[in-house]
Amino acid sequence: MIKRVHFEGNTWLVTLLLLPQLLVLLVFAILPAFQAIKQSVMMSDPFGQYATFVGLENFKAVLSQPEYLNSVWRTLIFTSASTALSMLAGLAFAVFVDHVIRGKSSYKTLLLWPYAISPVVAGVLWLFLFHPLYGAVALMLRQFGVDWNPLLEGSHAMLLVIVAASWKQVTYNFVFFLASLQAVPKSLIEAAAIDGAGPVRRLFNVVFPLIAPITFFLLVINVVHAFFDAFPIIDSLTKGGPAGATDIMVYRVYYDGFVAQDLGGSSAQSVILMLLVIALTVIQFRYIERKIKYGSK
Amino acid sequence: MVERSPWFDAFCHLMLVLGVAAMCLPLYYAVIAATHSLDDVLRVPMPLTPGKELLNNIQTALAQPDFVRQLINSVILAVGVTVVKIAASFTAAFAVTYFNYRFRALAFWMIFSTLMLPVEVRIVPTYEVAANVFAPLNWLLGGMIEVDLQWNLLNTYTGLIMPLAASATGTFLFRQLFLTVPDELLEAAKLDGAGPVQFARDVLWPISRTNVIALTVILFVYGWNQYLWPMLIITEPSMLTSVVGLAKTLPGVSDSVPHWHTAMASTLLISLAPILVVLVLQRWFVKGLVDAEK
Repeated sequence: MIKRVHFEGNTWLVTLLLLPQLLVLLVFAILPAFQAIKQSVMMSDPFGQYATFVGLENFKAVLSQPEYLNSVWRTLIFTSASTALSMLAGLAFAVFVDHVIRGKSSYKTLLLWPYAISPVVAGVLWLFLFHPLYGAVALMLRQFGVDWNPLLEGSHAMLLVIVAASWKQVTYNFVFFLASLQAVPKSLIEAAAIDGAGPVRRLFNVVFPLIAPITFFLLVINVVHAFFDAFPIIDSLTKGGPAGATDIMVYRVYYDGFVAQDLGGSSAQSVILMLLVIALTVIQFRYIERKIKYGSK
Repeated sequence: MVERSPWFDAFCHLMLVLGVAAMCLPLYYAVIAATHSLDDVLRVPMPLTPGKELLNNIQTALAQPDFVRQLINSVILAVGVTVVKIAASFTAAFAVTYFNYRFRALAFWMIFSTLMLPVEVRIVPTYEVAANVFAPLNWLLGGMIEVDLQWNLLNTYTGLIMPLAASATGTFLFRQLFLTVPDELLEAAKLDGAGPVQFARDVLWPISRTNVIALTVILFVYGWNQYLWPMLIITEPSMLTSVVGLAKTLPGVSDSVPHWHTAMASTLLISLAPILVVLVLQRWFVKGLVDAEK
């Protein structure tokens, strides 16, 4: 879309304005993406000197690896659990903060700071609490008779990673939910109250339906976050282990590409991830379009 | 407030206090560990109140090799990503919304197709580009002619900053903003004889001010907290960012003497800058967060 009133000509100036952005994107984003697609259909020798076209062989190989199928499964568990946990917590915090009057801004401040923490640091902080030998929470669990050991027990490791990742993401959901709750017209709430609906009833029958669009938007964003931004948390907490229990797809792309040096396999995985992101982005754009249509009614 | 419901109010406060306590628990324990000596930290159970060793631990943390240098690197990375991205985004968004030229549609689609390319999905080829910026030439020529040019960005600030700044989210944000700017402003500016550069500098830039501050907060935190990319392309300890540096010096599982007290002091020092930015610029942070995803 171009502005109705705009400039004509100025070819040199336009080139100059666009050049930095286009150059950076072309060299560091667009061409590497094409190269990933190219590498995914090529098989190359370990030195990367000779590559032969192999069609979809890399994809077939990747999709028949038990390790890869395991990582798809782990990604599903991790993504759905951390999305559900962080969205529910964010929504609950937003509902409570929206309701209270005293201490509103203090609560808000105390809920915002985790966003500033690096995911790696988040991993470290949670490891310190849950370390089987000296973690404070781990020792407490031990007293309750739980043999807590995320270094050996896969399900414990997965739980720890989910908690750390959700903790990092709660702030984001909280901010969006709070903004949308504050945008709900007061007159609707009052009308419901006059009809005799209590605070809980109003929440479920009036407020939640009204914030459904933002909930859907957050769902997509959270899934994308869980897919890609979990790498540092996994790397600092479990390195995909124990025995592949927290080996999510992004971690495998990195591992196969840089540690195992399997370029074709890693690129095929990159392409699969790219297709997933594109699908999610398309869904999101359709949502935005729908939102605009609602707005103009 | 629609009606008074003291029980529900009390319930909300109770849940908030519990929830906030759970959210702050990791930081609280980090602070406690950073204020004790190693013996106290490893005692079972660990003390629950602050000790007296904070200054000592912070001194030990600061005295680690390259620690201060790595903090400076983090500042350079965070500021670099912020400045490059805002500058490139602002000018590019100006070009795609306010000018008519032949390849406008092409430029537009080239920029916005990258909205769906997070750095993680193109990590291996991007690394190859950082190892030699001219590598894409060889990909394009497909071995017909070998181009023998070398420009290595590994272990450099440019290599650290550029790939992280290579995304169109900023351009998208400025474009959305410019589309809401009334046409009358440009008409008036044209009547007054202002050219494009003057219009961008004296009208568009001041209008965008709050958005720029909001974006700055988000990008600073984003740049500061980067992990995968710096970890891959930096091998010299003096060029690492502090987040990666911390991850590399962490007590391992098998360490006989895990130095958690200094590790936690380092953690606090490293997290100080982004936490301050988020809390001091809270209003803009919230705005930036909401803007950036629209």
